[in-house]
Amino acid sequence: MKNILTIIKKQLKDTLKNKTVLIQFVLFPIITLVMENAVHIESMPEHFFSKLFSVMYIGMAPLSVAASIIAEEKEKNTLRVLVMADIKPHQYLIGVGIYIWMICMIGAGVIATGLDPKDIPFYLLVMGVGFLISILAGACVGVCARDQMMATSLYMPVMMACSFMPMLAMFNEKIKSVAGIFYTQQLRELLDRMSFEGMETRGAAILMVNMLLVIVLFFVMFKRKGLE
Amino acid sequence: MIQCSGVRKKYADKEVLKGIDLDIPSGRIFGLLGPSGAGKTTLIRIITGQQGADSGRVRVLDKEVGELSGKDKKQFGIMMDQFGLYERLSCIDNLKIFADVYGVPYRRIKDILELVGLADAAKKPASALSKGMRARLCLARVFMHAPGIIFLDEPTSGLDPQTARSVHKLILEKKESGCTIFLTTHNMEEASSLCDTVALLNEGTIVEEGTPGEICRKYNHQKKIKLHLASGEDMELEHEKSSAEEIARLLEEGRIETIHSSEPNLETVFLELTGRKLEEDA
Ligand SMILES: Nc1ncnc2c1ncn2[C@@H]1O[C@H](COP(=O)(O)OP(=O)(O)OP(=O)(O)O)[C@@H](O)[C@H]1O
Ligand SMILES: [Mg+2]
Repeated sequence: MKNILTIIKKQLKDTLKNKTVLIQFVLFPIITLVMENAVHIESMPEHFFSKLFSVMYIGMAPLSVAASIIAEEKEKNTLRVLVMADIKPHQYLIGVGIYIWMICMIGAGVIATGLDPKDIPFYLLVMGVGFLISILAGACVGVCARDQMMATSLYMPVMMACSFMPMLAMFNEKIKSVAGIFYTQQLRELLDRMSFEGMETRGAAILMVNMLLVIVLFFVMFKRKGLE
Repeated sequence: MIQCSGVRKKYADKEVLKGIDLDIPSGRIFGLLGPSGAGKTTLIRIITGQQGADSGRVRVLDKEVGELSGKDKKQFGIMMDQFGLYERLSCIDNLKIFADVYGVPYRRIKDILELVGLADAAKKPASALSKGMRARLCLARVFMHAPGIIFLDEPTSGLDPQTARSVHKLILEKKESGCTIFLTTHNMEEASSLCDTVALLNEGTIVEEGTPGEICRKYNHQKKIKLHLASGEDMELEHEKSSAEEIARLLEEGRIETIHSSEPNLETVFLELTGRKLEEDA
């Protein structure tokens, strides 16, 4: 427990200094607030930008941040020092995971200020689940990758698919049917309705499968590669 | 404290360690000397359990190295190139992380930074440090807690003589407090003055082992007397009776500037044993 806290503390200190990570964390909350306040188009659904960017936030920030933090520690040989100091790999990963989740939830909280107060708990719940899946996916990439370069080339396509598919799905039915297999699209539909009502079993199943997939993938990777 | 027997390691088709036997008692400073590429770093990695050997046994702290618990490893203090720093964090923050892990009070950080001469750079991010400063920060990380065994891979390479001396002082202090220290170096003087025992490693085998004094005496067969004459000439005479007259004559004529007997140092022993210079790059 102490070790997990140490990792979280270390990451918090690094946040303000690590520009690439910081941008990932603040970009979407800021864009959302700006767009919601600046752009008003007739017939545009309520909270259109909040919902759109929230899903992109889920698909991009936690995934890329988790992958690059872990890959950087491997590349710069700092992880080796931590492990030698008896920080267990799972403690390290939990620490990094909690850290990213917390920061992203703060970001989601910022976006939520523009929503109807009654929707906020549901919104945060959906976001929380989404962040969790993305962090696990990012950790898979981080565990796999030898260095940051490799991590970037691995998470880019996943990130693009997860975050842009739900947007493109609005314009094209074919894409929508493909996008449907991603957790981000399912979460997007939940956010559109702002309730579990009307959620099909298929949607719930897809969410579960996505979640299980990243969990299994993560443990397989971790078993095979460890943190070396 | 550290025992190796028959340790072998192969990379691809190159055998880097060809059967290493070592027995390092506790509370001593042990120096591993060898040219670049000899396998020094590889041996440290194997002894600290970061890497497996192909065959042979390694025992540390009276346990097989594979059976060391995390707690045992916490007694190690390791400094090597492959142990990185958090580039964006300041020296203090870098040390704070490990103060947390090792349960060292924060006030110790200031003292240790002072000891390694980084007090002025304490708030600088690690990325802004010079090579020597980085090495000192790594040393600070090792010396900050109270490890039982310290591994230092070329602790003073790239340091100016003054800082190197203060590092030597730190190492000796740690020894006083009962630490076992395993260090590698290219620097003969460092090895002679600092180490209780040294081993010369060349191409994966230990070619000589003992106290620096012992080794030098053992190879003291090419006794010579070196003269530097006022005329600028250098002379070398055998260390025997017949040279006495010649020296006496030169002295009387007042032609000698300096005179000394040449005793082998670790450098010349190494050269004799391997035909290679220690500091020569492979
Ligand atoms: N991971 C690796 N894969 C392949 N070969 C390696 C690896 N690590 C080391 N070697 C090889 O093993 C040999 C010994 O390397 P090592 O780093 O142990 O030497 P060293 O004595 O520490 O040298 P130096 O004084 O330059 O630090 C070298 O020839 C090197 O090329
Ligand atoms: Mg080396």
